[in-house]
Amino acid sequence: MDLSILIASVLAASPPILFAVLGETITEKAGVINLSLDGSILLTAMIGFVVALKTNNIIAGFIAGMMTGAFVALIIAFVSLTLHQPQVATGFVLTLLCRDLAYVLGNPYAHVPGPLVPHTPIPGFMDLPVIGPILFDQNPVVYLSLFAIIAVWAYLFKTQPGLKLQGLGERPAAAFVRGVYVTRMRYVYTLIGGALVGLGGASFSLMVKPGWARPYGIEGTGWIALAIVIFGGWHPIRAAIGAYFFVSLQTAVNLFQSVLPNVPTQLFPALPFPLMILTLLLVTIGNTEWMNRFLSLFPEKTQRLLARTLKTLQTSPPASLGTIFKKE
Amino acid sequence: MGSGWVSPSEAKVLNHRVIRSDTRAMEWFLRSSAILVALALSAVILLIVGASPWDAFALIFSGSFGSSAKLAYVMTAWAPMLLCSAGLVVTFAAGLWNIGIEGQVVMGAVFATGVMQALQNSLPPNAVLLLAASAGFLGGALWGMFAGGLKLYGNVNEIFGGLGLNFIAGSMTVYLVLGPWKRPGIGSTSGTEPFSPSLWLPAFKGFQVSPIEVLIGLVAIVLMAVVLRGTYLGLQLKAIGRNQRSAFLMGIPIGRRMLFAFALCGGLAGLAGWVLVVGTSARHNLFPLISSGYGFLAILIVLLANLSALWSVPISFFFAAVVMGSLQLALQRQLDSSLGGVIQGLLVLSILMMQGLRSRLLPSKKR
Repeated sequence: MDLSILIASVLAASPPILFAVLGETITEKAGVINLSLDGSILLTAMIGFVVALKTNNIIAGFIAGMMTGAFVALIIAFVSLTLHQPQVATGFVLTLLCRDLAYVLGNPYAHVPGPLVPHTPIPGFMDLPVIGPILFDQNPVVYLSLFAIIAVWAYLFKTQPGLKLQGLGERPAAAFVRGVYVTRMRYVYTLIGGALVGLGGASFSLMVKPGWARPYGIEGTGWIALAIVIFGGWHPIRAAIGAYFFVSLQTAVNLFQSVLPNVPTQLFPALPFPLMILTLLLVTIGNTEWMNRFLSLFPEKTQRLLARTLKTLQTSPPASLGTIFKKE
Repeated sequence: MGSGWVSPSEAKVLNHRVIRSDTRAMEWFLRSSAILVALALSAVILLIVGASPWDAFALIFSGSFGSSAKLAYVMTAWAPMLLCSAGLVVTFAAGLWNIGIEGQVVMGAVFATGVMQALQNSLPPNAVLLLAASAGFLGGALWGMFAGGLKLYGNVNEIFGGLGLNFIAGSMTVYLVLGPWKRPGIGSTSGTEPFSPSLWLPAFKGFQVSPIEVLIGLVAIVLMAVVLRGTYLGLQLKAIGRNQRSAFLMGIPIGRRMLFAFALCGGLAGLAGWVLVVGTSARHNLFPLISSGYGFLAILIVLLANLSALWSVPISFFFAAVVMGSLQLALQRQLDSSLGGVIQGLLVLSILMMQGLRSRLLPSKKR
């Protein structure tokens, strides 16, 4: 198969997980964990599809998905930031609740054909060699996802409000002293993050995996997205690389499936999960005590090389992630 | 990441406040209004899908308590939930989120099935059942320690480690059912060859539930309540859950205790897996998705019980009734059986909100 077609298909399949990962990165950078991803992606996918079907308007579907995602995030923000209940508990309950809600409310719409995001190649550019078919023979959602990576990165690291956003997750007390309304701004970013997750959900049902079914077939992806945020070290570009890596792997698995017919196909969906554990291990193992002791067994040169590799891979969360800020 | 990702303060679900008698009325008012809110929201969902809420609630009720056969059926679902809740009380006390419990149930079922397949023709049935139960406990405990080991020695947060292990355990059953343990002739995902009735737990005549499964569940709950309330070990676990650093300074071997909590919870979950293979309402074989979501439901149960072992008993009974009752919605009204999950989820969410409101409305008098 042509390599550029392969890359193009990876790009086309990645917006859902990419939006979810970017959304969660923003939320967690502001110090809030939205653990509900696995459920809220399903719910927003279902609602996005149904609204697009009923209104016969793709844009309305995406907006409905985003609003649903923001609403779920609002519940998390309210229960944790205002009512001071544990974020992980709330997020976990919402994971299950949103999944079941999606199954119940989506029941009448299972296996119904519906609208799809149109394919919109950019004339002129699409005929360019190599990058033409990869970058310019796509649809608007793919273009938006590419833009979103840059936009989130630029906002977080190159603007004044972005720096304040980082302060919310690192040192809320210091941000407060600098005149940032900590709780209010955490609300805002949790909602924005949730809306992006909803955009991801809707781009599943309106583009990558058209329609609705029970089970929908992407169950578990939300957890992968949460793991990619950790793997990405809460950095949008590194997280995006993680997301692309994951989607490439899925594409590769699909290819292998046709090459190796003897392996039971039911095993393939579980393949990302051992990998998820391994990559998490890779980014966290560097700061364990026994690893440092293990490394000291090697000659100094190898030791330094290994330590440096682990150090590059290593990530650490925003210092105040998951804590509640109260002014005394 | 490590322990910073889910801060130890998350274990604040633990916070038991001393409730004064003048606030007790308020307490009950808030709690019952939380339940009413959850029911009202469920009714709204039912109206959206075009069902009559009253009819649906009545169906759930009659589907779980309508006849002695149905009540017995509820009790067969209650048993594995009790076992899982008993285990989770321990891990939650130590401040651990054992989301890997689903996989631990599955591994218990896998180990139990393996032992039964190997020994069913050579040992008397009771001995096989007993060995299978120990194997189930062992399987779940090992899978639990796997998640614990990843946390302790690899800094992998137990939520992600456990979740990944759930999916791995699930695909392992698929592999076994389609591969080495497939039925003679046909290998399908419907499961392995069912065991002979001599390897089923004995049930009452006319009331199809085995006293053994329910008793094991209740005994497990009581034991865990005693361990946590009355033993040094329980105190140590709770100390770790409240404040890891000070527990460490007190000389508690945190790593070993955490692994122990994972192993104990996993073992009890594995025993639940054994019940799901040999129990009265079981299909008496191993099939994919054998855990039926009971492990995750038990997490909701224990959260709803505010981490109290004894409160989990009535709550898990209620959850079992909702699960069994909502099957009727699917059979008789063509509604999705996940409706039970929606009701349970709304209930936990509104109770969480109620707890938050309480601490807002009734500020603790210590200050």
